[in-house]
Amino acid sequence: MTPAVAPAVGLEVDVELTRPGFALALGLRVEPGKVLAVLGPNGSGKSTLLGVVAGLVRPDRGRVRLGGRLLTDGGTGTHVPPHRRGVGLLAQQPLLFPHLTAEANVAFGPRARGVGRRAAQRIARRWLSEVDAEGLADRRPAELSGGQAQRVALARALAAEPTLVLLDEPFAALDVDAAPALRALLGRVLRAGGRTAVIVTHDPLDALVLSDHVVVLGAGAVVEEGPTRQVLARPRTAFTARIAGLELVAGTAGPAGLRTPDGAVLAGQRGPGLVDGAPAVAVFPPRAVAVHRERPGGSPRNVFPVVVAGLEPRADVVRLRAAAAPGGPGWAEGLAADLTPAAVADLGLEPGVPAWFAVKATEVALHPAPGA
Amino acid sequence: MASAASSTPDPSPTGGVSGRGGADRHRARTALPAVLWLPAALGFALVILPVLGLVLRADWVRLPELVTSDAALTALGLSLRTAAASTLLSLLLGGPLAVVLARGRPPGLRVLRSLVLLPLVLPPVVGGLALLYLLGRAGLVGQYLDLLFGVRIPFTTTAVVLAQTFVAMPFLVVSLEGALRTAGERYEAVAATLGARPWTVFWRVTVPLLLPGLGSGVVLAFARALGEFGATIAFAGSLAGRTRTLPLEIYLQRESDVDGAVALSLLLVAVAAAVVVLARPRAVEGAR
Repeated sequence: MTPAVAPAVGLEVDVELTRPGFALALGLRVEPGKVLAVLGPNGSGKSTLLGVVAGLVRPDRGRVRLGGRLLTDGGTGTHVPPHRRGVGLLAQQPLLFPHLTAEANVAFGPRARGVGRRAAQRIARRWLSEVDAEGLADRRPAELSGGQAQRVALARALAAEPTLVLLDEPFAALDVDAAPALRALLGRVLRAGGRTAVIVTHDPLDALVLSDHVVVLGAGAVVEEGPTRQVLARPRTAFTARIAGLELVAGTAGPAGLRTPDGAVLAGQRGPGLVDGAPAVAVFPPRAVAVHRERPGGSPRNVFPVVVAGLEPRADVVRLRAAAAPGGPGWAEGLAADLTPAAVADLGLEPGVPAWFAVKATEVALHPAPGA
Repeated sequence: MASAASSTPDPSPTGGVSGRGGADRHRARTALPAVLWLPAALGFALVILPVLGLVLRADWVRLPELVTSDAALTALGLSLRTAAASTLLSLLLGGPLAVVLARGRPPGLRVLRSLVLLPLVLPPVVGGLALLYLLGRAGLVGQYLDLLFGVRIPFTTTAVVLAQTFVAMPFLVVSLEGALRTAGERYEAVAATLGARPWTVFWRVTVPLLLPGLGSGVVLAFARALGEFGATIAFAGSLAGRTRTLPLEIYLQRESDVDGAVALSLLLVAVAAAVVVLARPRAVEGAR
């Protein structure tokens, strides 16, 4: 029952594209059989990038190479049409053909490449069972839940035997309950097939669970890239830190810690490659921040005044967003702290209230910043 | 006020709204300015009262005899045949035209689309004259048809079909193009990434997506072809059995036998009403 595995191929993309109010200029590569996550906020060019690779969008300049095949070359005008690329796309919406049953949807790819009706049906059944949806074979798309439809769409994309799989925020339109199951399923299926894949997402969890490498995209350009765990655990830009759910303060490295532009020093654990006097960043998780109404004494060395800007309820904590306090450090603007709802009530925290943030030096990681 | 209140749908939120498409319909509506009701009622009256007048004027006793006269049956048969033929022709030519306009990105798309809609706003008799000067014996194309093949189109049943197609095809193009634009290109893009060639995408994805718009477009085109008068009389004349369709027969009988004309008019009203009822409400949305 294991699907046939074709030898995996690598992907190289190096493109430029300009549209009114939008520009994309980036290069990235994916090793054969690896999964690359492209992380970035909405409007950073993620979906356009996938469109270029799938052949649905023509770049102004640059190349897309899949294995030994040149799919797009702006210089020579080469543009292999989407149906001859062997590039599958799973979008945010399942986009199952509304007039076909789930099984006929999955059989569409095999039928399109000339497989007979019976054989295509067998292939469809097999892929439906791969995604735990064999019971849905005879349903119409309108009779499927969002999670079910997306599973069928995944089966349909894989049944076409693409050499490269593109996933465009595949969980974004799903219920909170349906997303984890599909995420786990996708991880299993991608690894089992040894497939080369690119997943576009704004959720770091997708990247952590599914990808080997990550590229962080901001305003149409690569901001940061590297092995997923490394990039998300040790972000070097505020942008990546925010996406990874970490807080980041920029400055220069010094013997006592990170020296911020206003002269304050944040103490922390020195990471590899840190050079005194060179640009550096201090990174810490919001849950490591303690919040006080009065200036705390005791051991925390990193203490600074803020003003409460806002409170957002999260799963089991309340995330407090800080604004810079009058006379306090400007870099405190936008930093976050995670508190229990009880602590928020006890401290009487509400927007506009002054407070103190305290972060233990052991919770702060110091890394060299880009350009260092 | 009472009538206004009773015709307003229950604004209370319904509990179990299922299906994304229907959700909007259940929203509470904002109140309409009361002043709109008067012109709206007058507009409705303008549409419906003349038909009512026709019904009242009809000689119901002689009606069966009038609508089954030889001339009437001949004209009706010709009308149905030519309208069916021109609907088919509209489909064969207008279907691909709609797909190209909606998907093909031809150069000068805006101009092309406006030109395709020209017959909708052009007086039909002008369209008929234009056809005559294109395909007539001295026309731009017609003289060569006559010279090379001995084919003469004007004042034949073929001319009737061409005239009807000229005025009816834009209805089909508009509703098909609307259906295509509503469906969007996303399904076709997905099909292409699944390895489907353009021809496969067209038959297995585009055409099925078109079907809802196709039904209403066909009905609208058929209805328009059935009622065609101006272009037909200018391009095909009024030859009994060959080019005299039901509207032409009505116009002719109006001079000699008013009762007959009224009876045949009712026949056309009945056919048109059936067509509109069958095509509602999609046809109206599709033609927008």
